Amino acid sequence: MIKVLFFAQLRESLGCNELAIDLASDQRFNSVTTLEQLREALAKTDENWQLSLANGKLLMAVNQTIVDGSQAVKDGDEVAFFPPVTGG
Amino acid sequence: MNEMISVQAQDFDMATEYQALRNDNNTDHNSSDGAVVTFVGLVRDYNQGNHVSGLTLEHYPGMTEKALEDIVVSAREKWSLGKVRIIHRIGQLNLSEQIVFVGVTSKHREAAFDAAQFIMDFLKNNAPFWKKENTDIGTRWVEAEDKDKIAQKKWQR
Repeated sequence: MIKVLFFAQLRESLGCNELAIDLASDQRFNSVTTLEQLREALAKTDENWQLSLANGKLLMAVNQTIVDGSQAVKDGDEVAFFPPVTGG
Repeated sequence: MNEMISVQAQDFDMATEYQALRNDNNTDHNSSDGAVVTFVGLVRDYNQGNHVSGLTLEHYPGMTEKALEDIVVSAREKWSLGKVRIIHRIGQLNLSEQIVFVGVTSKHREAAFDAAQFIMDFLKNNAPFWKKENTDIGTRWVEAEDKDKIAQKKWQR
């Protein structure tokens, strides 16, 4: 299983803050090996997910470190998608 | 190392934090630090063209602390620092409330000034916090600003 988290305006537009996905057994995700492929597979959920995840400014993290789409995703990982940060 | 990082809903007291930076049990080290630089960020009344009455701060629990720790590690690689303290608040904050505290000590002022600035510039771009403002036209998520990216880039020379 992987855990997928969404934050801020992305969380609101998706109406979802967390997903648990079994990469191996879920047909929609069983060919996913990278973060970009995970994003593409999630975008196929429906038009809203397609639109929300198409935002080129979105940041992605694996195991709480910001990485790019080529990062491998494997069982046990915590993945997160979120907009540019605005703290401070 | 004296890393003190807090992500919390409750307010903080500047005087208490300053005292903690000045005197600690590590007396040997403390008497060698001649500089304390502190920064406090507040909720401003006007942002991106609209009046603001307050905001809500969302964060990514776990990653936030890790991101702040990484920033402090990077700062310590660039400068010789004594203590570093970061407090960032989360949840509902009203106008003029304190959002963030950064405190740095060092032997001389240059390192403390620079490191405090560096920590804020990196916090603005790398720490997973998001502000949702209450404005005169309703609530809205704050957009990340290019000037924050530019401020961070100046340290990459």
